Amino acid sequence: MKRFLYELTESWKIAAAQMHANKTRSMLTALGVIIGIVAVTLMGTAISGISTGFDKSMAVLGDDVLYVDQQPWIRKDDWWNFRSRKKIKTEYADSINRMISASQNSNLLLAVPVCSWFRSVKYNENQVNNVYTMGTTSDFIAISTVDCVKGRFFNEIESRGGANVIVIGYDVADALFPSDDPIDKSVLINGQPFKVIGVNTRQGTFLGLFSWDSMVAIPLPAFKRYFSAKSESEIRVKVKDKTKLPEAKDELTGYVRRVRGLPPEKENDFALNEQQAFKSTLDPVKNSIAIAGLFITGLSLFVGAIGIMNITFVSVKERTKEIGTRKALGARRRTILLQFLIESTALCLVGGLIGLTFAFFMCLGIGAALPSFPIQISFGLVVTSMIVSVLTGLISGFAPAWTASRLDPVTALRYE
Amino acid sequence: MLNTDTMRPRGPLVIDIENITKHYVMGEETVHALRGVTLQIHRNEYLAIMGPSGSGKSTLMNMLGCLDTPSSGRYEFAGRDVSAMDDDELAAIRNREIGFVFQTFNLLPRSTSLRNVELPLIYAGVDPATREERAAQTLRDVGLGDRLYHKPNELSGGQRQRVAIARALVNNPSIILADEPTGNLDSKTGEEIMSLLENLYQGGNTIILVTHEADIAHHARRTVFLRDGLVESDALSEATEIQTLAFT
Repeated sequence: MKRFLYELTESWKIAAAQMHANKTRSMLTALGVIIGIVAVTLMGTAISGISTGFDKSMAVLGDDVLYVDQQPWIRKDDWWNFRSRKKIKTEYADSINRMISASQNSNLLLAVPVCSWFRSVKYNENQVNNVYTMGTTSDFIAISTVDCVKGRFFNEIESRGGANVIVIGYDVADALFPSDDPIDKSVLINGQPFKVIGVNTRQGTFLGLFSWDSMVAIPLPAFKRYFSAKSESEIRVKVKDKTKLPEAKDELTGYVRRVRGLPPEKENDFALNEQQAFKSTLDPVKNSIAIAGLFITGLSLFVGAIGIMNITFVSVKERTKEIGTRKALGARRRTILLQFLIESTALCLVGGLIGLTFAFFMCLGIGAALPSFPIQISFGLVVTSMIVSVLTGLISGFAPAWTASRLDPVTALRYE
Repeated sequence: MLNTDTMRPRGPLVIDIENITKHYVMGEETVHALRGVTLQIHRNEYLAIMGPSGSGKSTLMNMLGCLDTPSSGRYEFAGRDVSAMDDDELAAIRNREIGFVFQTFNLLPRSTSLRNVELPLIYAGVDPATREERAAQTLRDVGLGDRLYHKPNELSGGQRQRVAIARALVNNPSIILADEPTGNLDSKTGEEIMSLLENLYQGGNTIILVTHEADIAHHARRTVFLRDGLVESDALSEATEIQTLAFT
């Protein structure tokens, strides 16, 4: 054991001396690994960024909220099968809430109606088109993750009375009020004035997926008053315990069927949507991006590994006589194997460290250039890429090191 | 003339070779490098192995040095059967029992004298402090106390060979195997190396010298002459012979 330790130390010293003696060669070889590690690390970061982005966008929906809609979000059949369905009415919310309070041990907490359509929002000369405009009640704040950075959400009185007040998303505020404070300013939707009472906390957009940043919310009666002609309604229901989602869904299905007066023999003519439905559709996409990305960048690391293998073979060849001498002095096969494995591993480690440093600064650069893309190097990624570097060194160094360890001392000593 | 060292009784048997052969297959041909060599070497002998090229002396040296195993025959090193050992066992024997001195010195070019001499101790598992102390002491013993931190390219040929000899000595081996130790040196430096080996012999070491030069072989007390893979003659040098006869 002790001897193994001494041999190990010795091998690291030799590896360092070798790199020092062949700086150019070592650097060029390490370059392959550097490029490989940069590529893999950046890809890993990007993949985890995409994943974080998806999850963040999903968080808008909430993992403890069920959506009662006319159609499922992810359609398996053609849309005309759903078109003829009865619309969802906002009044359902009250009925459902009554049923929730009437039942003991309900798995549901609160139902909130939401009407929505895309509208243009205007302030003086500034206009934002296609803003997701919601009409809802003051209960909305209780079921969503939204928060106000300035001002507040509308209260129950404003909600019931249908006051002309509005809560706007961060990006909407940014576009309409580049330099002013939006609070108490009046914005126009379809020519109707609404007083801004709150601005949502910035959430960040990702690949154009949902974000509070580009939404606005007004009290439901006001929405109905001005925009009822064209709108979609849904009921959002928060569940008590998200681990009991299936039970909650069953309960809610029963309520909605009752509200819609569906006889038992008829199939559901509505859809219960949840975040999970999106996730299960997006996850395969996410995963195939990850696999393809890592495979392609992995190839560059593979090329780097071939470079390491090549240079280790060269090193073994030109130091054949040294190997012979070491064997004559008592180096065993394991000693020689270890020596060359450590040489290739040391090269890969150096390459990996340099690569990681590059990747780190590149991530900083990307993060600065694209603030909405959630990119960051994680500790796990650092550890992983170091492990990958070491493994690359061990794997690519193995064949040459094995050759070296098997050299016949007589032949090796005679080698010139 | 009575010389004290020749009067010493023979030491215990170190190398006991009986009828060993070695053949190599080279393409279609089989080369018989050794055709049956029997040889016994005792502790504190000074022996020269001579022979023209192709006589099998390199092959015999590889056998003696446990770098290679015989095709047939028996080889016992200090009572242990070498012919049946695997690579790693042979490496252990070489490390502890044999000190090699090569014609081309075979020093590690980028390491200091000290580091070169430490090498066998590393493979023996000696701790760093002891290692350095023993390596430095051995270098001082061969007269290189002021060259501990020099690299081979900063040393003369003679000094390099001294480093190599120190490296051979550092693990207190049973035999020192010197293969043409003066082959790459001028005659004056060669003589210095030979007198160093003589001192080592006087100090109790066993020395096996492989050479094709009669002048060099002359330093040894016993000369084994090989020809065509067989021992042609195995004789004590004159003075030694007389003394040994007198004692038997």
